[in-house]
Amino acid sequence: MAAAWVALPRLHPPAASTIAQGVDRLYFFLTLITLFFTALIFFTIFYFMIRYRRRSEDEIAGGPHEHLPLELTWTIIPTIICVVIFVWASFLYVRNSRPPRASMEIFVIGKQWMWQVEHPEGVREINELHVPVNTPVRVIMTSQDVIHDFYIPAFRVKKDVLPGRYTSLWFEATETGTFHLYCGQYCGTDHSKMIGWVYVMNPTDYATWLAGGTETESMSQAGEKLFLQYGCATCHLADGTGRGPSLVGLFGKSEKLQNGQSKIVDETLLRNAISVPNSVELPSYAPIMPSFQGQINEEQLLQLISYIKSLGSEERKTSGK
Amino acid sequence: MSTATTELPEIPVESRLNYLNANYGIKSWLLTTDHKRIALLYLVSITLMFIVGGVAATMMRIHLIEPQGALVEPETYNRLFSIHGIVMVFFFLVPSIPATLGNFLIPMMIGARDVAFPKLNLMSWYIYIIGASLTLYAAISGGVDTGWTFYTPFSSSYSHSAVIPVALGVFIAGFSSILTGLNFIVTIHKMRAPGMTWFRLPLFIWAMYATSIIFILGTPVIAITLFLLGLERLLHVGIFDPAVGGDPLLFQHLFWFYSHPAVYIMILPGMGVISELITAFSRKRIFGYSVVAFSSMSIAVISFLVWGHHMFVTGQSVYAGLVFSVLSFLVAIPSAVKVFNWTATLYKGSISYQAPMLYALGFIGLFTMGGLTGLFLASLATDVHLNGTYFVVAHFHYIMVGGAVMAYMGGLHFWWPKITGRLYPDAWARFSAFVIFIGFNLTFFPQFVLGYLGMPRRYAVYPPEFQVLNVMSSAGASILAVGYVIPLIYFIWSIRYGPLAGPNPWGAKGLEWQTPSPPPTENFEEIPIVTEEAYNYPQLPEVARG
Repeated sequence: MAAAWVALPRLHPPAASTIAQGVDRLYFFLTLITLFFTALIFFTIFYFMIRYRRRSEDEIAGGPHEHLPLELTWTIIPTIICVVIFVWASFLYVRNSRPPRASMEIFVIGKQWMWQVEHPEGVREINELHVPVNTPVRVIMTSQDVIHDFYIPAFRVKKDVLPGRYTSLWFEATETGTFHLYCGQYCGTDHSKMIGWVYVMNPTDYATWLAGGTETESMSQAGEKLFLQYGCATCHLADGTGRGPSLVGLFGKSEKLQNGQSKIVDETLLRNAISVPNSVELPSYAPIMPSFQGQINEEQLLQLISYIKSLGSEERKTSGK
Repeated sequence: MSTATTELPEIPVESRLNYLNANYGIKSWLLTTDHKRIALLYLVSITLMFIVGGVAATMMRIHLIEPQGALVEPETYNRLFSIHGIVMVFFFLVPSIPATLGNFLIPMMIGARDVAFPKLNLMSWYIYIIGASLTLYAAISGGVDTGWTFYTPFSSSYSHSAVIPVALGVFIAGFSSILTGLNFIVTIHKMRAPGMTWFRLPLFIWAMYATSIIFILGTPVIAITLFLLGLERLLHVGIFDPAVGGDPLLFQHLFWFYSHPAVYIMILPGMGVISELITAFSRKRIFGYSVVAFSSMSIAVISFLVWGHHMFVTGQSVYAGLVFSVLSFLVAIPSAVKVFNWTATLYKGSISYQAPMLYALGFIGLFTMGGLTGLFLASLATDVHLNGTYFVVAHFHYIMVGGAVMAYMGGLHFWWPKITGRLYPDAWARFSAFVIFIGFNLTFFPQFVLGYLGMPRRYAVYPPEFQVLNVMSSAGASILAVGYVIPLIYFIWSIRYGPLAGPNPWGAKGLEWQTPSPPPTENFEEIPIVTEEAYNYPQLPEVARG
C-alpha cells in the first residue's frame, strides 16, 4: 500500500477500444471549454473585486444595469457552443451505438452479485470475459433479478442490464491486456464486489483458450436439445406446415403482428414469444402457444434463441452480399 | 424599493415587542401561525436533518479511506449512502431555502403581514415533521439500502430493508412541499403591497415563485411513484418488476420526472438569494433584471422536459436520447445567462466583502463549475462513459453543495441580523466561508478525476489504484465538516451575546430592511407603499443606458 501513496494517481484511464479515442477527444474539448469559462468568470470576478472594492462608506456605484446587445451576446455564444457539442456528441453516440454487422456475439447474464458469460461455442465463465483483439464483439445481456450495468471503462462502453429484456452493447478492443469490468448500477449488498476482468487476447490465444474449455456442445446445440425437449418441434415444423410458424430464416425478418404492428424479429422479440406468447401473436396462426415463463431459465432462453438464430437469419444473408 | 421610511425610535431591542418576545412558552411556538416563527421551526428541524445527513457522509468518507473499506460492512455502507441521500435531498435541500428563508422573507419582501394561509403553513411544518420522524425511525430501526433513487425492481422485490417506512416518510413530506408551494403562489399573487408590481419584486421572489410551481406540479408525481412502489412491494401488483409483469424502466421515468425538476427546486431559491446578496454588497441594481427573472421561469418549465438524460444508458431508444440531450443543453443556457448577469452586476459597483458576499462569490464560482461539468453528462457520447461514476457524484455536489448550500449559508448570514436582531462575528464568518470553499473543492474535485478513471459510485470497496484520490476527498471532507461546525457555534453564540444589529446593518434595499430587527409580529406598522423598482441604490448620474 505504501507504493500507492508514492505513485501519483493517473489522470487518464487506458483507452483500449476503437471508440475510446473519439470519446476522449470530446472529453478533452469539454474540459477546455470548462477551463476557459471557469477562468473567465473567476478572473472577471477577481478583477472587479479589486477594481471596484468599496473605498468609502458613502461611495455611490455606477455602471449600467441593462444592455441588450451584451445579453444577446452571452446568450447566443453559449447556445452556439452547446449546439456544436450536441452535434459532435450525438454523432459519436449514434455511430458508437451501431454494432458492425459481422460482430461476434457473447451472452451475459447479470445476477446478484456476479456476471455469468457464455460464448456461442458453449464456453462459460464467471466474472471474466475473454475476447479477441481487433474483433468487433456484441454483448447481449439480461438480468436474472435487479437492474445491473455492464461497464468497461477502458472501452468507454456501458449499458444497463435489465430483467425481462435484452440490451446490448458492442466494442472492438484495440490492444491486448487486462481491463476492469464493473457493475455500474447499484444492485444491492455486494454491488461493489460485482466486478471482474476483461482479457483481450490475440486471436490465436483466444482460439486456444476457447478450445481449452470442457464444454462439448455449443449454445445452439444446447438450444436444439431444448427445442426438442420442450416439444417446440411438434408445432414449429421446418417446412411451415405446422401449427406454429416455421423458424427457419426467421431471425432478422420483419413480421406483421396480430395487432397490426410490424416488428423485426430480434432477440427480445423471440424472448417475448417464448415467455409471453400472446404479446407477439401472428395473424395467420391460432393463439395456442403456452407460456414458458418460469420453466425455462435465462441461460436456456439464450440457448434457444441461439438455436433459432442458427436456423438462418436475414441479417447474415444481407451482410453476405 | 424604498418607501416612506418610518422613523425608528432608538430603544434597545429587548424592550420593544417583536415576533420573538411577543409571547413565550413551548405552546406559543408549536401553535404559532406567524410565518417568521414557522420559518424558525423549519430552521431548527432542517439543521437537525443536515447533521444526520452530514454524519452519514462523514462515516462514508472515513470508510472510503481504505480500498477494502475502513469502517463498516458493505451492508452498512449501503445504508449510510442511502440515508445520506434521502435525508439531504428530501429533508434538507428541498425545504432548505424555501421553508426557512422563503417563509421568513416572502411576506416581508412583498410588504405583507403573513402568508396567505398561515394555518396551512403551520400544518406544512407538522407534515414535514411526521415524514421526517418516520424516515429517521426507519433509518435507525434497520435502515434502508436502496439509495435515494429507490430503483426498481431492487426496491420493490429484492431489498431486505425498511423501504416502505422510508418511502412513506418521503411521500408524507411531499405534501408539506405541495402546501408550501401553494401558499407561496397565492401569497405572491394576492398579498403584494400597493405599488409592488411584478417587475418591482425582488428576484428572490421570482425564484421562489418558479420553485413553487415545480413544487405543485412535480411533487405529486413522486408521491404517486412511491405509492406504486409500495403497492408492488406489499401486494405484488405488477408495475415495475418484470417477474410479476411490470416494466423495470417505468419507475425511472416517473422518478426522474419529479427528481430532475427537484434539482431546480434546490438550486432556483439559491439563485434568488444570490441576486439579493450581489446587489446588496455591490450597492447596485441587478444587471438585466427581467432577463434574470425570466431565466428562472424558463428553467422551471424546461426542467420538466429533461428527465431522460438520467437514462441514456438504460437502453432507451437512440432518438429519445437525442431529444433529451438537446433539451438538457437548452436548460443550461438560462443558468449561464444568470452567471453572466451576476458578474456584470459587479461592474463599477461599490463592492464590500462581508461574509454573505464571500458565500455569494463562492456560489458563482462553484455553480459555474457544476454547470459546465453538466455539459459532459448532457453530451451523449461522454455520458455513456461517465454515467453512474464519481463524475456524476462530483457534478451534482458542485450544484447541490457548492451551489444550493453555499447560497443557503450566504442567505442565512445575510438575514441572520434580521431574523435574530443580532450580529455574528464577521471575521469568524469570513473564515468559515473560506474553510468551506477550500474543503469543498478538496472533497469533490478529485471525484471528477475518479469518475473519468471509471470508479463507479455507491461502491463500498474499490480497486486500490483509486486510493490516493479517495484519501484526498476524505481529507477535504474533514475540512468541510469543520467549516460547517464553526457557523453553528457563532450563530448560537450570537443569539445571546451578539451586538444588536439595528434595522439595516448592510445598508440594503428591500422592504424587509425597512422594519426593525427582529421584526414585530405584524412585520410592518403600516403596510408600505412601493414607488420604486427593486435594488434602487443611488447611482452616479453619468450612467449611460443601453
